[in-house]
Amino acid sequence: MVALSQERVVSRMTSSVRRSTQPNFDRLFRWASLGSALLVLLVLAGIIGAMIYGGWPAFREFGFGFITSSVWNVNEDQYGAWVAIVGTLSTALIALVIGVPLSLGIAIFLTQFCPPWLKRPVATVIELLAAVPSIIYGMWGLFVFAPLFAQYIQVPVSSVVEGMPIVGTILYARTPSGVGVLTAGIILSFMIIPFIASITRDILDQIPSVLRESAYGIGCTTWEVVRNVLLPQAGVSIIGAIMLGLGRALGETMAVTFVIGNANRLSGSIFDPGSTIASRIANEFNEAIGLQLNALMALGCILFLVTFVVLVLARLLISRVKTA
Amino acid sequence: MDTALHKTMAEAPAPWGRVRRSRYIADQALKVICTLFTLIGAAVLGWILLMLLVEGIGGLSADVFTQTTPGPGSTGGGIANALVGSLILTFLGIVVATPIGVLAGTYLAEYGKSSKLAEVIRFVNDILLAAPSILIGLFVYMLMVQPMGGYSGWAGGVALAIIAVPVIVRTTEDMLRLVPGSLREAGAALGAPMSTVIIKISWKAARAGMVTGVLLATARIAGETAPLLFTALNNNFWFNANLMGGVANLPVMIYQFALSPYENWRELAWAGALIITLSILALSVVARLLLRKDKVR
Repeated sequence: MVALSQERVVSRMTSSVRRSTQPNFDRLFRWASLGSALLVLLVLAGIIGAMIYGGWPAFREFGFGFITSSVWNVNEDQYGAWVAIVGTLSTALIALVIGVPLSLGIAIFLTQFCPPWLKRPVATVIELLAAVPSIIYGMWGLFVFAPLFAQYIQVPVSSVVEGMPIVGTILYARTPSGVGVLTAGIILSFMIIPFIASITRDILDQIPSVLRESAYGIGCTTWEVVRNVLLPQAGVSIIGAIMLGLGRALGETMAVTFVIGNANRLSGSIFDPGSTIASRIANEFNEAIGLQLNALMALGCILFLVTFVVLVLARLLISRVKTA
Repeated sequence: MDTALHKTMAEAPAPWGRVRRSRYIADQALKVICTLFTLIGAAVLGWILLMLLVEGIGGLSADVFTQTTPGPGSTGGGIANALVGSLILTFLGIVVATPIGVLAGTYLAEYGKSSKLAEVIRFVNDILLAAPSILIGLFVYMLMVQPMGGYSGWAGGVALAIIAVPVIVRTTEDMLRLVPGSLREAGAALGAPMSTVIIKISWKAARAGMVTGVLLATARIAGETAPLLFTALNNNFWFNANLMGGVANLPVMIYQFALSPYENWRELAWAGALIITLSILALSVVARLLLRKDKVR
């Protein structure tokens, strides 16, 4: 198809070359391309600038205490980010603990066990998990998952661990409503699967088959090939993929806002409601004025900083997956 | 080839005698666990779709597509304004993002290649690709909503465009890189200037892949809620013709209605959720099929 159209193109092209406007257009096109590319840089700079500019009054008012204070009191105009930071990190951590094994399992299934005819449908289904809007995950989490979670996990677990040291705190639900930090983490883990799984699959696919075949040739089982050949070969790239998933989990907004319960206090239990930076912004931004607006911007600034570092690491670790 | 090898491994008779039992068990366990995990992943998608069908299909009626969103406490109503609003915002986002994204991707693949500047732009683009969309909402709030003195559809469109651009840049560049250099050389040998070579040869050869990129970007922004919350907000009425003020849109409508105490609002939220999810999934599948037909990947 390419070869056919090429002939047409060439014949048409030779006639257009003779038009005298070409040199100008050529330069214009080049500058337009460069300008568009620079616009990408400008957007990132703009985001950084807007966050710092918007959050500055809050940072100036509260200083370093903004990060360490767990007070968020709109009436007294006192703001601290600690609760939201802890919520963001703990939900993201839970998402990784659950999501990473699932994603790696799926990637290994797709590259090692899946019959060839099934590969494309399965890969598509997993990738479609990323296409489902985050608000739909939120509705599923709140209306379908949370009630079941409360009934079959929170209630029984709470009654078992009640009174026990440590576990009795972490896994005790004062009000087993189904929403909370753990629920948010679980929903997030499903949302990051497609990102980690598809990159890991690409990485595993790129490992030369000779390596695998020689391992099989000396009598390795699939588990041994995966454990001793594929994973070491993929190495840091998989960590990069995980970091990318972490970046997603940290900044995810709508789904978390639905299921985390939006509580303003710190709790020792992962069954209890909490809030994340993103959910706090989504909840309060439209009604916020004055210093509260600045404090929310400052939260955004912190979120940006954290995700930026994570994403930069991810990008450095994944030697860009080549499509060619 | 390696699948054939792997097959002979799997079809070997219960291999106690040939393989140590613990090794056999570890191998089987891996197989079972990986299959199970894949089933879980697929089940989540299936469960979500099932939920949307069960809850949403009952609410679908002609009114949904013709009436505007009802006020608090009133009965009936539809989501026509939100549907049209979403279409307009998404269209606006794509119209702004496509030329910028395509040109930037073209710069990376055709002009910049492996220069320092191109590397930096590529890096930044990859970061923007995964940056939290709520921050883009905050950025556009500062950039447009505050200076213009209020929410507007334009701000919503720009926020969506900022999310779409990195997707288009990335796919455009990837697709252009798949075009063999010999095609470009053939064009250049005929004396065609670079812009002609790019537009008439590279773009033409990579067309299907580039269209896929735009479709994927559309699918990505069509369901975005967080950035619209601070830019286009929502509206229970038809929006102003100049798109100033809140513009009704599906995602924010769903967010507000799903958590509301009114029965008819929640029903409309489910209907909207069904419509938006099916459209986005269909768009994503079409984009993938398009790419496969062209056999670039």
